[in-house]
Amino acid sequence: MNHHLKTFYTIWSRDIIRFSRNRGRIVASMATPVLFLFVFGGGLGPSMAPMAGGSLSFEQFMFPGVIAMTVLFTAVFAAVSIVWDREFGFLKEVMVAPVSRRVVALGKVAGGSTLAMFQGLLILILAPLLGISITFEQAVYLLLLMLLLAGVMSALGILVAARQRSMEGFQVIMNFIMLPMLFLSGAFFPLTGVPVWMEALANINPVSYGVDPMRQVALRGSVPEAFLDAMRLHPIAVDVVVMLAFGAIFLVPAIWLFSKQD
Amino acid sequence: MVNSHGHMDTIQVNKLVRNFDDFRAVNEISFEVHESEIFGFLGPNGAGKTTTINMLCTLLRPTGGSAQVNGFDVSSQQSQVRSSIGIIFQDPSLDEELTAHENMRFHAMLYDVSREDFKRRSEELIEMVDLTDKLGDQVRTYSGGMKRRLEIARGLLHRPRVLFLDEPTLGLDPQTRRHIWQYLRKLREQREVTMFMTTHYMDEAENCNRIAIIDHGEIVAIDTPANLKERVGGDIITLRTSDNELASERLIQVHRVETRTGPEGQLIVEIDRGDQFIPKIIETFSKGSKPIEVQSVSLRQPTLEDVFIKLTGHAIREEEADTKSQMRQRGRMFGRSGRRP
Repeated sequence: MNHHLKTFYTIWSRDIIRFSRNRGRIVASMATPVLFLFVFGGGLGPSMAPMAGGSLSFEQFMFPGVIAMTVLFTAVFAAVSIVWDREFGFLKEVMVAPVSRRVVALGKVAGGSTLAMFQGLLILILAPLLGISITFEQAVYLLLLMLLLAGVMSALGILVAARQRSMEGFQVIMNFIMLPMLFLSGAFFPLTGVPVWMEALANINPVSYGVDPMRQVALRGSVPEAFLDAMRLHPIAVDVVVMLAFGAIFLVPAIWLFSKQD
Repeated sequence: MVNSHGHMDTIQVNKLVRNFDDFRAVNEISFEVHESEIFGFLGPNGAGKTTTINMLCTLLRPTGGSAQVNGFDVSSQQSQVRSSIGIIFQDPSLDEELTAHENMRFHAMLYDVSREDFKRRSEELIEMVDLTDKLGDQVRTYSGGMKRRLEIARGLLHRPRVLFLDEPTLGLDPQTRRHIWQYLRKLREQREVTMFMTTHYMDEAENCNRIAIIDHGEIVAIDTPANLKERVGGDIITLRTSDNELASERLIQVHRVETRTGPEGQLIVEIDRGDQFIPKIIETFSKGSKPIEVQSVSLRQPTLEDVFIKLTGHAIREEEADTKSQMRQRGRMFGRSGRRP
């Protein structure tokens, strides 16, 4: 095997092994999305005006958004963990090895994305409980969209964490990046008909380009076509291209900053 | 690289400088480390030991000066330097969720060690550090000493010619520290590995062939432990008296002997043939208008601690916890190595 491939595989498989070894954490990490879906969604739903002519419950509407939320959080946390790992963990060993740091950064993005996609899949499995039917084809498309969103968010996470030396900035990242991104993504309310300033912010929010196609794919077959069209912000192809562009915009400086010697 | 004595120099450092913003952590240090020697960097926390090691390992870019490791320049030939060195950090850089075997295997992948070499060498190294029975266990079940041993074995997997050890026994109990040193000495006997280590433990520095004493980013002295101790001159007499100030004055007046004050307020005298000098001191103190009472007196050979105090004017002591050690503490509380929420 080529040395770059070995490096990439090492970084990626380390994340996978660590994840699979900690079943308790996998279950625990599902608590927040489940809480959002069934308690927040189930509680708020009855007091809201019927959506899509009554064919769509609030939980069902939120479902793709909660998947996106899970992907967003898992991917960013996985990437931000490099801060700790580089000072006191295995990553320190990686940083002195004769390996390309660009490949290390790519391996980290791949690892974080894989985990995030897997966590998203665990939420996707709950679909029948909400009366959403997902065909195999839909599931495959959804997984690809999750992977794409996860890649964009992992790259952003690396970009934010690349020059950080302590976890002190973490709360800031949480409050000023992740929560605004989540709330302005259309995950919990439709972005059709929101104030102009909010629409403008949503338009520059990469997560909204992840929620939009996920909702289109996940609810196809469960909601009449006309209502689905009304909820759509952009054609799926546009969403995908914009996400790819965001991914590149985050990834290039992230790799550059991560590779830079102190 | 052959030096003027005809020895090979494994590490050559020339006027190396590193600044962190306005602070100069390492100030124009120069030294050589010869092939197969154990070379120690002795100094308090914050003296610039880790900064130097990080520059030699290519983790930090030097602000000025130059350094070669195994003949490769640390600034322009980083990849070659990295391939030819092994490092044991102050904080374990093992993945605790992985097994010892997985940690070893990942190391082999990162250093491009072939599958056959990995199998043969890892068996041999794991046996050397007595961890064969624990190879399949997750590292988090290991004790501090076992982790260190595993790191030593892992650091040697790619056959480095130099092993860097940054405070290799920090935080370990005395028995485990002795144990680690047994492995390191065995290692030096069995393989010709040059070792560069930092420490602030005096007894540990005694194990080195040569020591550089570093303080405030500068090298104060480089020599063998025996030669360094000779600089102190003779024996060390430690006294407790009813009036140390007066005692000090008398010693200067009568015997022309300078004294210094120890960490607990004791009076310290460095002098040849201390055993013969003690009766003279007591005689001097009992005479005069104000006799001085001697409460205790002890005689010993000089240690590296005495050398350090003589050269720098202060003792090596644990400094206040800096931000990094605070972060380390917090890490221990929450469980290590980047746990994902």
